[in-house]
Amino acid sequence: MAMADYSPSEFMIASSASALAGEKVVFVGVGLPGVACNLARRTVAPEIEMVYESGVFGARPARSPLSIGDPTLVSGAALACSQNDLFMNYLQAGRIQVAFLGAAQVDRFGNLNSTVIGDYHKPKVRLPGSGGACEIAIHAQKVFLIMRLKKRAFVEKLDFLTSPGHLTGKAGEREALGIPGSGPQLLVSDMGIFNFDGKTGEMTLTGLRPGVSVEQVQDEISWTLKISPDLKDADAPSSEQLRIIREQLDPKGIYSK
Amino acid sequence: MKVISMKEAISEYVQDGSTIAIEGFTAFICFSAAHEIIRRGIKDLTLCRMTPDLIYDQMVAAGCARKMVFSYLGNPGVGPLYCIRRAVEKGIPRELEVEEYSHFGMNCRYMAGAARLPFFPLRSYLGDELSRVNPKIKFVESPYDAKPIAVVPPLNPDVAIIHAQRADAMGNTQAWGLLGSQKEVAFAADHLVVVVEEIVDESVIRSDPNRTIIPNLVVDAVVHQPYGAYPSYVQGYYDRDNEFYLNWDRLSRDEGETRAWLDEWVHGVKDWEEYLEKLQEQEPDIWQRLSPGEAYSEPVNYGEYK
Repeated sequence: MAMADYSPSEFMIASSASALAGEKVVFVGVGLPGVACNLARRTVAPEIEMVYESGVFGARPARSPLSIGDPTLVSGAALACSQNDLFMNYLQAGRIQVAFLGAAQVDRFGNLNSTVIGDYHKPKVRLPGSGGACEIAIHAQKVFLIMRLKKRAFVEKLDFLTSPGHLTGKAGEREALGIPGSGPQLLVSDMGIFNFDGKTGEMTLTGLRPGVSVEQVQDEISWTLKISPDLKDADAPSSEQLRIIREQLDPKGIYSK
Repeated sequence: MKVISMKEAISEYVQDGSTIAIEGFTAFICFSAAHEIIRRGIKDLTLCRMTPDLIYDQMVAAGCARKMVFSYLGNPGVGPLYCIRRAVEKGIPRELEVEEYSHFGMNCRYMAGAARLPFFPLRSYLGDELSRVNPKIKFVESPYDAKPIAVVPPLNPDVAIIHAQRADAMGNTQAWGLLGSQKEVAFAADHLVVVVEEIVDESVIRSDPNRTIIPNLVVDAVVHQPYGAYPSYVQGYYDRDNEFYLNWDRLSRDEGETRAWLDEWVHGVKDWEEYLEKLQEQEPDIWQRLSPGEAYSEPVNYGEYK
C-alpha cells in the first residue's frame, strides 16, 4: 500500500480498534475513540458494549455522535440511566474493561493533565478539568491513551496532575494508594504506538507508523524516549477498516481526515 | 396548581447572591431560565453545574456570576468555553471564583445534598491533585477497613431549575433520555422550578409512574416553556442545534461580539417567546431541521388490580 493511502487519524482509529480485539465493555469518548470503538464492534469485537459517561450502556448510535451527550446514543441503547448510576455501579464498581483518555499534557508515566497550563490559581490557560477523566484513570481495568504527538503535549513535567497514570513509576504505587485499575497500557499516536513497561511504567515506543522514523517521534517528545528492543512497523489500516471508516462511520471525514 | 410563568419563577426564586443549579448533561439545559436571569440583571450568583456548557458561559459573560462549582468546562464536542476562560484567566467581566470537582464528585455532592447526609464517600481523588486545590475534598478513615476514602460535602442549592419533557400541573415530572443528575439536584435544592415542554393531564403521568423522576412533593413551581432548552436538546422533541454551538465557539472568542450577541438576543427581546420568533425569522425551517423524527417505545402493561 502506498504511503498516502490513509491519514494519520485513520491510523489512530484503526490501531485503537485493533487493540480492542476480544474486549467486552469499553468506555467511549467522542471523536477518534468513538469512531475506533464503533469500528471495533464491526470488526474485531462484535460483542463489545459501548458505555458513555453521560449515562448510556450498550449504545448503538445511528449517526456519528457530536458529543458524549448526543441523543443518538440513547435511541436504541440497551440502557439509559442517571450519571450516579453510571459512575457508581459501572465505573467505580470496576465493570469497565477499557477506557480511552486523552489530555493536553501527558508525561512519560502516562499521567495526564486536562486542568490548567501554568499555575492552578493563576492559570495561563484554563483547560476543561477532570470531568470523568480522573475516575476513569482510577477505575477502568485498562486505559488506552489516544493523543497526537506534540512536544508541548508530551512533557517532562505536568503543570497539573488531573488523572493518574503510573505516577512516579515505582512498582506498586497505584495499589498502595488504593487505585484499583491497572492504568495506561497503550498510547496510540499519529506517528506510532507505545506500551507502558510492566515494571517501570514508562512509555515505550513499540511500533512506528509506516514511513515514520524514530527521530521524527523523538522530536515531538520532551524527554529521552524509551524504545522497545522489538520495535517494528505498526500495522497499516486494512482496506476493510478504511472502507468501514469512510463509508459508514465518518463519511464526512470529520474525525478521520 | 403550581404553573407560573418564567418571569414569575425567576423573580420569586432567584435573587442576587443566590446559589443556583440549572442542571442537565448536554440534554435538558434550560437556556430559557438563564436568559431571564440575565435580562433581570441578577448578579453575584454561585452557579453549580457539572458541565457549565454554553448556558453558564453566557451567564458569566453577562456578569451574573461570582463563583462557579463544576466538574468539566467545555463546549461539548466543540471546544473550550471562552467567556469562562476570560473570567478565570483575566477577570473579564469580573473575577470568577472556581470550586472544582470530578464528575462523580459533583454527583456525590448532589446525592449527599438530596439525602441530607453530612458527606458522601467515593473512591476518587487518588494520586491526582484536585484534593490539593479544593480543600472541600477530604479523606476519612473507613470505620470498616481502616483505609482512607475520599468524601465530599452536600451541595444544597437555594434553587434548582430542571428541564424535562412533561409534567402535570402539580409538578409530577417525567423525563427520558440522558437523566444526568436531574433527580438528585431536584431533591438536593431548597426550592425547585421544573420547566417542561408540555403540561399533561395527571392521568398521563399516572399511566406510567416509573417514568416519573421528580414528584410534586419537591416541586415549587412548574413553567411551561416549549423549546425552553434550545439550543441544547430534549430527547424526542428537538435535537441539539450544533450550528449554534459551533457559532458560539467562533463569536465567544471575542468579548465585544459576545456582548453584542447578548444585547441582541437576550436583552433585545422581552421573553423566550420573542426569542423563538426571532430565531424563526432568521431561519424559518429551524424546527424542521432539528426535528428528531419518531421512535416510540413499546407500551407496557401495569395491570389493573381491583
